[in-house]
Amino acid sequence: MKYAYYPGCSLNSTGIEYNVSAKAVAKHLGLELWEIPEWNCCGASAAHNTDHLLSLALPARNLAIAEKEGLDVAVPCAACFNRLKATQQAVRQSSATKETINSVIEMEYQGTNDVLALSEALVRAFSLESIKEKVVRPLTDLKAAVYYGCLLVRPPELTQFDDAEDPQSVDNIITALGADPVNWAFKVECCGAGHSTTRPDVGLPMIDKILADAKANGADCVVTACPLCFLNLDMRQKEIEQKYDRSYQLPIFYFTELMGLAFGYSTKDMGVNKHFVNPMPLLEGKDLLRHPATRRDEA
Amino acid sequence: MERINLSTTAAESRTLREQIKAHSGVDVKDCYQCGKCTAGCPVAFAMDYTPRQVIRLVQLGLKDEALKCHSIWLCACCETCYARCPRQVDLAKLMEALRIEAKGMGYIPEKNVDLFNDLFLKSVEKNGRVHEMGLILQYNLQSRQFLKDATLAPKLFTDGKIHIAAEKIADNGAVKRIFDKVRNMGEEVK
Repeated sequence: MKYAYYPGCSLNSTGIEYNVSAKAVAKHLGLELWEIPEWNCCGASAAHNTDHLLSLALPARNLAIAEKEGLDVAVPCAACFNRLKATQQAVRQSSATKETINSVIEMEYQGTNDVLALSEALVRAFSLESIKEKVVRPLTDLKAAVYYGCLLVRPPELTQFDDAEDPQSVDNIITALGADPVNWAFKVECCGAGHSTTRPDVGLPMIDKILADAKANGADCVVTACPLCFLNLDMRQKEIEQKYDRSYQLPIFYFTELMGLAFGYSTKDMGVNKHFVNPMPLLEGKDLLRHPATRRDEA
Repeated sequence: MERINLSTTAAESRTLREQIKAHSGVDVKDCYQCGKCTAGCPVAFAMDYTPRQVIRLVQLGLKDEALKCHSIWLCACCETCYARCPRQVDLAKLMEALRIEAKGMGYIPEKNVDLFNDLFLKSVEKNGRVHEMGLILQYNLQSRQFLKDATLAPKLFTDGKIHIAAEKIADNGAVKRIFDKVRNMGEEVK
């Protein structure tokens, strides 16, 4: 099984753990990720806030390269996924738009290949059952608030990803790993994206509410599928604790990191040592890092 | 409460409505003001006009109020409003159209939001990808918040999460040409 892989800019920098763990997990499952050569930034929110055509042309160049290889594209970043999917839809819906885009990117993009969120791509390729079979270190007793945020699930007509109000796809993966997804109210609430940088007075309270609800519903950790959500919840957590006089100490994980840990990889191999909120006390406290062989016997 | 003379805005409202529709495909006439967008909006608490009110401004042709408000810049584009709208009004798309229109007229009440977007795209045009370290340095410099988030930098550096050198793609000319062409197209596609 082979997908084109569009990591997006964050996965080479602030979201490096996501990249490392996604690649390791895919390889472990037997999935070949062909990184789109010379991929460019999808333009993110900056492009679609500035110019509609630019926001379609930037992703189109990447999609065209993948299409030439005849490959569907797996996208780990929720925001990139949304932008690539929007371009695919625009090209499929209007031949005039397609021609304009193709003349701008100086390439042929017909919209024949699919754009899939990484979680969706993994389950489609391997099924939950076969993911479960690979688990050698079940994440027993780990209560996780699975956080989808905005662009993975919305707008639903575009993303075609799960239920927009109560998505389950990543919860199902986490369950297959042996963890317990908690029932909470903020799984699709927006983290404020770049507001934590440009308008902290607006962005930080938004993140605070998400952390508070996860904690109130008994979560030991939050699981994300987006590098910006991760950064807001992890890197900004201490600042929020100080500012609002709270104590969350809530480790944040990418779902791929938890997959890797359950498959028996070390925390370092998954990049878990790079988090701002140290997850080691939680993982050790729940005895989740024991040698795979002994852990499986007891499971 | 401020009085608004609706008879004089009626003609103007058509122009703004049509402009928005041509640009974004959103017809504000579809909105019957139920307020579900505002109820679910995670940023409404910080807005000067709630999302429902922004649509109402456009419906009434109150162009200045719509284009000068902070709300259109504070919208996080999370699409909760659109996902829940019983009339399928893509409010996020409307906000986007209003922002682009406002910027074109020089109305930028949220300077830092706009600055961040501009610097982001400059970085993409220059390197093909965004250089986060360069983006944040430029942003802090130009927004005059020299030490913003400085305490986070050492850990980001040692963990290899930010890099001094920009990552450039070899085929960078292609991305530059995309920006040039879009600039020269003038007219946007829907």
